[in-house]
Amino acid sequence: MHEHAIGLPVTRKEDFRFLTGHGTYTDDINRPNQVYAYILRSPHAHAAIKSIDTSAASAAPGVIAIFTGADWDAGGVPCGWQVNSKDGSPMNEPPHYPLCKDRVRHVGDQVALVIAESLPQAKDAAELIVVDYEELPVVIDMEKAIAGDSNLVWDEAPNNLCYDWEIGDEAEIDAAIAGAAQVAEVEIVNNRLIANAVEPRAAIGEYARGTGQYTLHTTSQNPHVIRLLMGAFVLQLPEHKLRVVAPDVGGGFGSKIFHYAEEALVTWAAPKVGRPIKWTAERNESFISDAHGRDHVTRGKLALDADGNFVAMKISTIANMGAYLSTFSTCVPTYLYATLLAGNYTTPQIHCNVRAVFTNTVPVDAYRGAGRPEATYVVERLVNEASRITGIDPVEIRRRNYIKADQFPYQTPVALMYDIGNYEPTMSKAIAAADYAGFEARRAEAAQRGMLRGIGVASYIEACGIAPSQVVGSLGARAGLYECAKVRVHPTGSVTVFTGSHAHGQGHETTFSQIVADRLGIPFENVDIVHGDTDKIPFGMGTYGSRSLAVGGSAIYNAIDKIIAKATVIAAHLLEASEQDVEFVDGQFRVAGTDKTLGLGDVSLAAYVPHNFPEELEPGLEEQAFYDPANFTYPAGTHICELEIDPDTGEVEIVSFVAADDFGRIINPMIVDGQVHGGLAQGIGQALLEGCVYDQDGQLLTGSYMDYTMPRADNLPAFQVETSVTECTHNPLGVKGCGEAGAIGAPAATMNAILNALSPLGITDLAMPATPHRIWQAIRSATPAAAAE
Amino acid sequence: MSVTVSMTVNGKAISAEVEARTLLVQLLRDELELTGTHVGCDTSQCGACVVHVDGKSIKSCTVLAAQCDGAEVTTIEALATGDTLHPMQEAFRTNHGLQCGFCTPGMVMSALDLVANNPDPSESEVRDWLEGNICRCTGYHNIVKSILDGAKAMRS
Ligand code: FES
Ligand code: FES
Repeated sequence: MHEHAIGLPVTRKEDFRFLTGHGTYTDDINRPNQVYAYILRSPHAHAAIKSIDTSAASAAPGVIAIFTGADWDAGGVPCGWQVNSKDGSPMNEPPHYPLCKDRVRHVGDQVALVIAESLPQAKDAAELIVVDYEELPVVIDMEKAIAGDSNLVWDEAPNNLCYDWEIGDEAEIDAAIAGAAQVAEVEIVNNRLIANAVEPRAAIGEYARGTGQYTLHTTSQNPHVIRLLMGAFVLQLPEHKLRVVAPDVGGGFGSKIFHYAEEALVTWAAPKVGRPIKWTAERNESFISDAHGRDHVTRGKLALDADGNFVAMKISTIANMGAYLSTFSTCVPTYLYATLLAGNYTTPQIHCNVRAVFTNTVPVDAYRGAGRPEATYVVERLVNEASRITGIDPVEIRRRNYIKADQFPYQTPVALMYDIGNYEPTMSKAIAAADYAGFEARRAEAAQRGMLRGIGVASYIEACGIAPSQVVGSLGARAGLYECAKVRVHPTGSVTVFTGSHAHGQGHETTFSQIVADRLGIPFENVDIVHGDTDKIPFGMGTYGSRSLAVGGSAIYNAIDKIIAKATVIAAHLLEASEQDVEFVDGQFRVAGTDKTLGLGDVSLAAYVPHNFPEELEPGLEEQAFYDPANFTYPAGTHICELEIDPDTGEVEIVSFVAADDFGRIINPMIVDGQVHGGLAQGIGQALLEGCVYDQDGQLLTGSYMDYTMPRADNLPAFQVETSVTECTHNPLGVKGCGEAGAIGAPAATMNAILNALSPLGITDLAMPATPHRIWQAIRSATPAAAAE
Repeated sequence: MSVTVSMTVNGKAISAEVEARTLLVQLLRDELELTGTHVGCDTSQCGACVVHVDGKSIKSCTVLAAQCDGAEVTTIEALATGDTLHPMQEAFRTNHGLQCGFCTPGMVMSALDLVANNPDPSESEVRDWLEGNICRCTGYHNIVKSILDGAKAMRS
């Protein structure tokens, strides 16, 4: 077997540069003659801008230019997905200009762009800008925002409503619920989170007067999409005059998918000042300018028959959009959320209503998992509540309602067609690894030490590898969602792959190289993966929603097929054999049944030195594929969390965490485990630590690492990761996606464990994040004796 | 107001004229082009900027360049010898202790200070030590493994 073959835990190519400090992140780049941008941001959540006086600031040392909304002469930052309300009316889509024109709508909104010779000079000058604000009433609370008598974020959006969308037949489901034996009900908040990639966002805009060419270096997960959105909608530049480069990117988790105002600003201003302009966010700026994630309020019902079978589900969700519509914001609580409410189960009827609402907060958009964590949290809290009211064990009730292996392909009542799955063996692995059977003994032992011990199970399914262009198009996407790859075999047989996927920590250079090395039978070192530059790569849709391997990897696979096909024709010519007789095995072209062979290097050399090629044989060995998948892929699994709560302090210690997942075929198990670990940390972070808090004036109280609790090494356990393999049926690699699984399964598993630990006290509900304070309060109010002490 | 600072950085004597408010990390990144040291926050919370000053790990975003006048500064760029990684770097590579790599230089520099004082740390000592370093990618699982493994390699 090839030493870097598919399936082996090959160590990563990219690590040498990252470990030695030779990575190149956007802020590491400095362009000759560059100047620095600082953005003056709104201190108010909602205010009218009466006037802006920049005269003193303009005269400050080092200042080159100051721009305000009055100077902005281009378009607004677009939203990429049109969602219609249930009555057919289009969503309310207010404009989003990179510099505010008349009103600010959240703390952090862009008011002025200050450009100076140095960053300290730009910051000093910004302090001298005088903005006359007239404060306006603020709306923060989603339920109040939509209640009818509220203040308006947008005058043109009555009740602050962006859209009122539904899926399923409400009347039918109401009838099913009315006739059910039992109904589980939950009311839950999915807390607002911040992605907090450790690298803050940055952007450098440049303009070459001689050629009219713009270049933007930016911290992006999808440079082509940024080029498309910024070029076509904001600045109205033809694509060939705009190059977007996303070099090494220090994490994204969704927050770097979107086209942000700052990218448009530095690109727009570059020709105006005639010098490259660099902007780098400070962390406190990230908190009020990176799109936030989640933020749902949900009421849910799950109806059961007398045997504990799920018969109907009804969900009503209000989803916060923040003050503006970010790139993918509108599809997250609809097509990426409501369509996942079937979970792993055969619930025959589901209705979901989603109302998207504007508030005076930072825009909300996709964050690791995007919609699927929210759906899983609702479903798995409901399933546990169903287990509680029926007395059926949490594992048993899941097993009873699982879609069975022989029921695939499975059409859910909420639009998705799951291609394949086999949930039972994966859950069995989790149960064994967690020693589920031995839990009661451990609980009793913990109780003797005065500790409350709990175990929580959550199954999940996700739809990733987003997605067939035809499907997303019919759902209102304003783009196709395929992926592109170009494979260039050089004259001496080394290979460069240009991929439209983008890596920001996922190890694509290694995984993709494994695929190429394995299939072409060449050394892993002879493969280079190029990503993140619109001038080099034909096109691309970038990396999010665990699509890189399933969609991007499949594009590479198909391009290699074309390479092999072409090389076989050349080899047949060189070997003087007929094409049908030439086979490609282990990197050698061989005339079947003979010992006549040629290596890939010999064939590629001839391809570029075609001295004796017949006229019909085209020189060169370079192929390109656009791969548009037939369906999403559906990874699924079961996560089990076991923890102890100290009833005196409310403090939680996670004793063990098992993740058992089915990601289809695994290319690099080491990288897959790492992806799961990272996702789990974010999921546990959501359950126990993280959450945005706004006060009623719209100030973000959790506006820095001092106040927003990031998971640290001592908050988290060592993880146990198990995998089972059911290969995806419709992509050539048989792969699914692993990047988001942890963040999807962990919040529900962790919260179910907490509620299980607190169940002896009669506590059946607790909000995320389950901080020590919240838990301690719940314990005090549940046990009057303790409270009276 | 500008000041002249002189120090040894990665074994080389340097001297620079900087504004008095210049932080050590700004001197390293902007003047000396040692961009391996990263900035992830402005509140001394993330640890992406950890370097060694006179043999001790410090957050270079929290100290003025002028305060380091005369000091011996070591950054991530100095650890490997040619293409041979330092054993701690190697341990991060073999244990997949990094993903996006942004927190990594700070993690490695921090780990080396731990091991200098505690050559055989336990898992919980490693987790406690990393209090000042945030990683958003790895869930710390493999970072902890890497540091335990790196410490072991350095002992032998
Ligand atoms: S940049 Fe120094 S601690 Fe974050
Ligand atoms: S590897 Fe990305 S932040 Fe640690």
